Amino acid sequence: MVQITSAMSIAKMVGSNRIVLGNGIIHVTGDAKLAPEEEKDLRRKLVQKALDALQSGEK
Amino acid sequence: MRVVHYLNQFFGGIGAEEQAGVGLEARDGAVGPGKVLEQLLGEGAEIVMTLVCGDNYAVEHEEELVNSVLKKVREAGADLFVAGPCFEAGRYGMAAGALCVAVQSQFGIPVITGMSEENPGVDLYRDALYIIDSGTNAARMRDVLAKMANLGRKLVNKNAIGLPAEEGYLRRGLLRDQVVEQTAARRLIDMLVAKVKGESFESEMLPTSFESIPMPSGIKDLSKARVMLITDGGLVPKGNPDKILGTAATRWGSYDIKGRDDLRGKDYEISHGGYDARFVQEDPDRLVPLDAMREMEQRGVIGKLHDEFISTSGRANPLSNTRRLGREMAEKAKREGVDAVILTST
Repeated sequence: MVQITSAMSIAKMVGSNRIVLGNGIIHVTGDAKLAPEEEKDLRRKLVQKALDALQSGEK
Repeated sequence: MRVVHYLNQFFGGIGAEEQAGVGLEARDGAVGPGKVLEQLLGEGAEIVMTLVCGDNYAVEHEEELVNSVLKKVREAGADLFVAGPCFEAGRYGMAAGALCVAVQSQFGIPVITGMSEENPGVDLYRDALYIIDSGTNAARMRDVLAKMANLGRKLVNKNAIGLPAEEGYLRRGLLRDQVVEQTAARRLIDMLVAKVKGESFESEMLPTSFESIPMPSGIKDLSKARVMLITDGGLVPKGNPDKILGTAATRWGSYDIKGRDDLRGKDYEISHGGYDARFVQEDPDRLVPLDAMREMEQRGVIGKLHDEFISTSGRANPLSNTRRLGREMAEKAKREGVDAVILTST
């Protein structure tokens, strides 16, 4: 499991061991300030990072 | 006071490890440590039934065991259910904890057990139960039973229950109001002075501790993996069909996304207090990244995006509850052949 979150300290505290920093509490995998295509691109990148983390053996 | 007592095969006198596979047996009256317990509970208390089960059987057939025990406890008309003490026996502790929780929630009668702090049953059930700290040494049986009897009697009589150190139970993480003479500032300074002088003092705050969880190994071939999306950000279909509470949620839901490649705000709502949910309402992919994940599936980066996503609200939730929710989600994921999970947390 990989966790995408903007509350990194909480994720660390509870012992989550694959963590990707999200883009804010209010839109973890989005950004209301960006144009739709840019926002989707940001989401692709976040999801790709999460998938990379799932394949990693070590933290 | 009618008492039902649960023991494992060892304390129930059936045998040691070689008998750990035996199923549940009900006997009339007190058995083994139950005889001492009955004395210690004092006048008017009677162990009307002792339930004995092998440790392996208990953990391998937990649901069956719980159902059978509930039936027996009902038949016995118990006022108090006691399990153990289990000391550091892990399987025994797990079974005792599960049974106590079930009896407590089903019948609302007091339950009590005893374990050493390291028993895995403690981590799972300490929030929900009074667990007397038994230590690891079974030679202290009488002492442990005395504490269990004392607290059990108080619970049945609805007497006030003292602090963990006074009654001998393991800290449950409960907070309660108490009138004290000194202000918080005064108490804090007193503690600080004591600390500086190297004297002993007792903190009023105990940090919650989290066990470290070993990291599962990485996915070898992502292009063959089934990936599931889970969120604790409270995204639910319009109308919140599972009635998931926005604070201290006791449930989670699983929602169909088969054949969809985008989530639309008009189909969903957010049951989660505390964060400004307008942005997710506008476009739920900002919390559950379905559109990007569907692309990954179409491009063959992942094998398959699971047909349902799971959602609950992670806000202000006691650990005993969230641990259960997590376990249930993990069981579902495993059952449905999910290889990896992406959890999005607000």
